[in-house]
Amino acid sequence: MSLQLGTYAKISWCPGCPNNQILVAFRKAVTELCESGALKEENIVAAAGIGCHAKILDYLNMNTFNALHGRAIPAIEGVKAANPALTVVAFSGDGDSYSEGLTHLIHAAQRNSDINVFIHDNQIFALTTGQATATSPKGFKGLTRPSGSIEEPIDPLRMMMNAGATFVARTYAGEFEKTKEIMKAAIAHKGMSFIDIAQPCITFFDTRDFYKDNITWLPEGHNVTDLDAAYHATKQSDGKIPMGIFYQVETPTFEQQL
Amino acid sequence: MRGRYAPLLSRNFWYNNPMETVKQNIPVFTVAVGGAAGDGIKEGGLHLAELAQRLGCFAYLTMEYPSLIRGGHNFGRMTYGASEVHADHSALDAVIAMNAESALLHQDELKDDAIVFVDTPHAEALKDIGRKVVAIPMSQAVKEVGAPHAAGPSVGVGAYCYLAGLSRENAEALLGKIFGDILGGVAMNVALALRGYDAAKESGLTPRTELYVDGACAHTGVLLEGNKAVALGFLSAGLEFYIGYPMTPASGILHFLAKEAVGGALTVIHPEDEIASINMALGVAYAGKRVATGTATGGFALMQEAFSFAGVSELPLAVAVSQRQGPATGAATRTSQGDLRFVISSGHGEFPRMVIAPGDAEEAYTAGRIALNLAWKFQTPAIVLLDKQLSESYQTTVVDGAAKQITPHKAQEEGDYQRFRFSPDGVSPLAFPGTPNTKVKATSYEHDEFGIASDKPEMVQAMQEKRWKKMEGIRADAHNFETVKVYGDPAAKNAVIFFGSTKGSVLEAAKMIDTPLRLVQVLWMEPFPEEEVAKALEGAIRIIDVEANHNAQFAGLLREKTGIVCHEKILKFDARPFDPAVLAAELRSKLSLS
Repeated sequence: MSLQLGTYAKISWCPGCPNNQILVAFRKAVTELCESGALKEENIVAAAGIGCHAKILDYLNMNTFNALHGRAIPAIEGVKAANPALTVVAFSGDGDSYSEGLTHLIHAAQRNSDINVFIHDNQIFALTTGQATATSPKGFKGLTRPSGSIEEPIDPLRMMMNAGATFVARTYAGEFEKTKEIMKAAIAHKGMSFIDIAQPCITFFDTRDFYKDNITWLPEGHNVTDLDAAYHATKQSDGKIPMGIFYQVETPTFEQQL
Repeated sequence: MRGRYAPLLSRNFWYNNPMETVKQNIPVFTVAVGGAAGDGIKEGGLHLAELAQRLGCFAYLTMEYPSLIRGGHNFGRMTYGASEVHADHSALDAVIAMNAESALLHQDELKDDAIVFVDTPHAEALKDIGRKVVAIPMSQAVKEVGAPHAAGPSVGVGAYCYLAGLSRENAEALLGKIFGDILGGVAMNVALALRGYDAAKESGLTPRTELYVDGACAHTGVLLEGNKAVALGFLSAGLEFYIGYPMTPASGILHFLAKEAVGGALTVIHPEDEIASINMALGVAYAGKRVATGTATGGFALMQEAFSFAGVSELPLAVAVSQRQGPATGAATRTSQGDLRFVISSGHGEFPRMVIAPGDAEEAYTAGRIALNLAWKFQTPAIVLLDKQLSESYQTTVVDGAAKQITPHKAQEEGDYQRFRFSPDGVSPLAFPGTPNTKVKATSYEHDEFGIASDKPEMVQAMQEKRWKKMEGIRADAHNFETVKVYGDPAAKNAVIFFGSTKGSVLEAAKMIDTPLRLVQVLWMEPFPEEEVAKALEGAIRIIDVEANHNAQFAGLLREKTGIVCHEKILKFDARPFDPAVLAAELRSKLSLS
């Protein structure tokens, strides 16, 4: 079996944009899951909101649902509720789900809906050419705060653990193989799976050098079922950014109980 | 002192104005039950309406209540008669008052021979009310038998049975059928009611047998409110999912369906907000399940972007929208027809939609069925436009709640699938994710036939034309339904035109007017039935518009769509429905103008 996951749409991300790496990681994850017999191609639905991340759907020859800004999550919850045999993935961005649609992200975790949410977190509104989002660092100079952001960024991983997500991970778009494996683990997980994908915006907020120097992966022995350990593992005193699967437990899903 | 300012006057103005010869002897009777929130007023009202139905009568019950949970003034008013009753009347034959305020607030509406049944401790406060006051120990009886506080009105219902001339045996038998398991159970409530019956008798009150209208079971109807009716209509069209967030006056749909869903095939979800509700519903429709959402007009304001999304992505969605008095939070529990223009124009951008505005519970049932079926037939959203008066008023209604009538959608054909394939009627075959060798794309972006985003001018124009082709099919289909109804004398020179729940008030008002009237109800707001309306109004020399808003939104729509100008307008925007007698007086004054 050979999947044809590409489309005729011309890729319109900036040349060299790490969104391409997320696209390739996802295509590869889907291909491997389908080839292993774990998934059927027709039973996958990919959704997205609005932002640079959402262009990914046009480059995927599969069932897709391009929702409104911030609303991919409720839409994909509806898809899953209507047909639990489907595997659903919502791509979203930090502007799309940490700013505009945050309510839905929190409540999807609260109800442990069996959906996968992959956030392209570039810490900026990129498609609208550079404004601060909820994960932009304090002091970030964007179009709406020329003298620098006065707000502290949120911590998405800890927020999602508090909200009740049963799979919480972070990866770096530039680490294609690891991203693919974490995506596969998220899709295999029953319940609300959340991946924050650190993704430099090479045009408006280029963090490639920062991530190159500051990524660290969780140690082999990290206990993913220990919520306290997971919570504390998201930050390090040396300023390094830990990556990997922080937390994973199995609890009944929303759809199972519906 | 006439026209649009009339609603500001006391209703009694019309009864007491010697210049008005209001025909009050139409054969309907009205009983009210009032008290604080938590006193069981709604149940009392329902029991009175059930009683009337058991006597073979038609009943109409409205509930008026403020936005609070305990205290305040809740008031149920039930009008009944041997022929169809379309609205409740304000002129009261009897009141069951759990406190003094409930009688005093409505003393102007008491007929000269009205009887006031009041809970004994409050009788003294009514000594100057000028009507016969009968003290009934309602709260004491409830305490003595250990019933819940909210069972108090049951005692009053028993007293009313005595007043209406029912024998004690007959009353006992009927009451045994109307009391449900709530508020202490059937036996306890029958005992309470008989206590009231006996107290009324012991007071020396003379029964008024004219209140016992034996309609000889003129109908096979049940009490149905607009909310439940539209829900039953959705179910009859194969509803599989209902997703909604509570907001008065639309919550009744959600509550009813949530109960229906227990152990059944229907799934009901109450998510975090209205925006989640409609977006979730669109996901359900995309996955191939028949779905509806519902809300009040304020909640629908939150849904606008997603409503537009349904249009561009051609996802089938039915929406029940119930109007309440705005702007904003407004008069949260009160009625209005002030959102007609908002609802027919809802969603940014241009896309075809249907808006049906039923006038009573039976029409709400039909509208629910049509909306969901046509949404699937044409893959575009359809709205049932309600208002508080229709959503929450109970009316004797005949519908076959179990009947299914499901219009199929255009299914996938052989060959490569394209979700938005161009077709002569604008309707593309509908497939769902999970189908082998089929990629189903939905998108909020303008797109090509496969569903990939495109803003090329020729594609944008072609897709707009494709979607609007569906409107031709919708218009053709609409001819199969009652888009306009004419009552009264279809040849009368004087016409009254109206939409929505105002129908009930107009039909009742017309009973009090001797002048022949042509009564024209428009049910379809979008697409507007231009030909049918023009035909219905043909030859009318005076057209009087009646609607419950400030700006005569319907009259404006009529003029825009048909060029027909209403000569007179009767508008009401005090967040209360038209009272038939007051409306009759206003109509009469408009008719007397030369």
